[in-house]
Amino acid sequence: MFVAVIALGVLAGASGLLLGFAAVRFRVEGDPIVEKIDAILPQTQCGQCGFAGCRPYAEAIAAGEADINQCPPGGEGGIAALAELLGRDPKPLNPENGAEKPKMVAVIDEQNCIGCTLCIQACPVDAILGAAKHMHTVIARECTGCELCLAPCPVDCIQMVPVAQTIATWKWTYPVVDAKTGSPAEASVA
Amino acid sequence: MSGLFSFHGGLKTVRHKTESNREAIRASVLPQRLTVPLRQHIGAIAKPLVQAGDRVLKGQMIGQPDGYISAAVHAPTSGVVKAVDQRPVPHPSGLPDWCVTIDSDGEERWIAREPVDYRRLHPSALRNLLRNAGVVGLGGAAFPSAVKLNLSGHCERLETLILNGAECEPWITCDDRIMRERAAEIVAGLHVMVHLLEPREVLIGIEDDKPEAIAAMTAACAGTGYAVRAVPTRYPSGSVKQLVRLLTGKETPVDSLPVDVGVQCFNVATAYTVHRAVECGEPVISRIVTIAGHVNQPRNIESLLGAPFAGLVAQCGGYRDGVERLIMGGPMMGFALHSDEVPVTKATNCVLAAGAAELAPEQPVMPCIRCGACVEVCPADLLPQQLYWHARAKEFDKAQDYHLFSCIECGCCSYVCPSRIPLVQYYRYAKNEIWAQEKEKQKAELARQRHQARQERLEREKQEREAKLRQKAPPRAEPNAEKPSIETAVARAKAAPAPSLATAAGTGQQTD
Repeated sequence: MFVAVIALGVLAGASGLLLGFAAVRFRVEGDPIVEKIDAILPQTQCGQCGFAGCRPYAEAIAAGEADINQCPPGGEGGIAALAELLGRDPKPLNPENGAEKPKMVAVIDEQNCIGCTLCIQACPVDAILGAAKHMHTVIARECTGCELCLAPCPVDCIQMVPVAQTIATWKWTYPVVDAKTGSPAEASVA
Repeated sequence: MSGLFSFHGGLKTVRHKTESNREAIRASVLPQRLTVPLRQHIGAIAKPLVQAGDRVLKGQMIGQPDGYISAAVHAPTSGVVKAVDQRPVPHPSGLPDWCVTIDSDGEERWIAREPVDYRRLHPSALRNLLRNAGVVGLGGAAFPSAVKLNLSGHCERLETLILNGAECEPWITCDDRIMRERAAEIVAGLHVMVHLLEPREVLIGIEDDKPEAIAAMTAACAGTGYAVRAVPTRYPSGSVKQLVRLLTGKETPVDSLPVDVGVQCFNVATAYTVHRAVECGEPVISRIVTIAGHVNQPRNIESLLGAPFAGLVAQCGGYRDGVERLIMGGPMMGFALHSDEVPVTKATNCVLAAGAAELAPEQPVMPCIRCGACVEVCPADLLPQQLYWHARAKEFDKAQDYHLFSCIECGCCSYVCPSRIPLVQYYRYAKNEIWAQEKEKQKAELARQRHQARQERLEREKQEREAKLRQKAPPRAEPNAEKPSIETAVARAKAAPAPSLATAAGTGQQTD
């Protein structure tokens, strides 16, 4: 009996020390749920959700101040991923925030650009290059398609164009089965 | 090691080899115009070195390898560059890609061809030579060979070097013919590979339905210590991991390469091009292509890269009636082409003009009945029906739990499926979606970093502006310096009349 008490006591003490050490050594800084939500969001930084970027929206979701269906670029897939992470039911995209669109990239009509730098100041990811009274251009690889540069342009020389499909980005499509005959339709035709 | 091992699954398929393997390889007629794609290999697209109007010589480099996994592209004949632009290429999408279009001058003038003594060359210099000669795997995958000839990071010492002459797909006979006709050159190329890799043993695997090729290779290997092994005719014995298993009994682990278990494998035609590159100084500008199916005289043609398929078909007497689809590669793993005007690339082993008899009859897709036939034939030891459920439901995580990426897309499961479900299409779709999601994630991460960097920069600039303002007006900005001035102002105000009192009050408000 005495031995058992000592053994249990030593065990409890050792476990306590271990837990205490682990709590200090593996301390988690910040709120991991915000990080996880932020990782799901598409990082377009477009502000369509009503917040000043993806991270503020992630913080608002974590705090329960925003719903999970306010991100149009993330689309249905993004909402489903958020719902799974947070253990909620997925719901359709809130139409007040906009609609899901194909991927776009901003293109500046360089003939008409007057070099006012307003779009450069608006771009959330510094994807526009140029200087005052010099032509500006968009670094297509860095552009998130947020459309924030459209409104400030005084000469309306920025256009959103869909991202062209190339051999490198082409994907096999989901096999489509013809509903009438039940025969597999050509992937390229579908 | 003399015995043969076996792999799980596989199929006995129709062969259709004799239609095209009776005649010797013919050289192609020189086409008027060649369209040479700059992406003929796995990896980064080659950087164009020429522009419209340039004169090029046969064998001149027109595309430079860009990055480690890349290969050079050369002019297949002498002539004038007509354009460097996007043209249709053989790809399942039918999308155009960057090509160099050359109008041939009919003179076939070569660059200066300099054979080298590979024994005196440093291994890295030799690998670089092969890279600049555009040597890639000619079995169909077109992976740059120079990368595979470097063992660093994979294994200390290579156990086995395998030369793949299995050619298991129906209809294709280009490797069969090259082994029969050019065995000595293949073995010469093999010597170069052995010099680079120093393997303990060299095995040549050939399916046993090619007795002439086996005899030719055995004769060429006499006295070299290389062993020719006949492997049973069973699709897909020519797939790398399956051939490694057949010849060495070694299982390649999931997510790794045969070289990680000490085995490296090359196609026989690749060995031939290695020989041409090193000992003749000729880069890869042509390859042997089987033209089979519904053409009048099916045969093998040594075609220049960039020659249109239509020209090759014309050289085989044209199409017979009843061609429904043009397929590049075999009927099991090939893909349908959108046009016969696309050019031959390093990956083109076969052009199959398929009629109704070669194509699976269009029958309705029925639900999966869980018969398990697909499991029995899967050579990669996967559970195709599980993969199918998860790919169909777009549950990509779960599909990956069932090792989706170990699938070699051989098509055995679709072939035996009694419900005629296009299983491989589902796997390709799932793989592509996973890759796309991965790319999207990387792009989002980059955007996040750039946004964060911008926020930090804006914050820093704001602080710098404030600091500058403080510096410009030190007495006003510093509250400590301000205090005495208020006191003096108040003192002055007491002594002086109204106007200076107003100024003092203004100053006081500002500092607050």
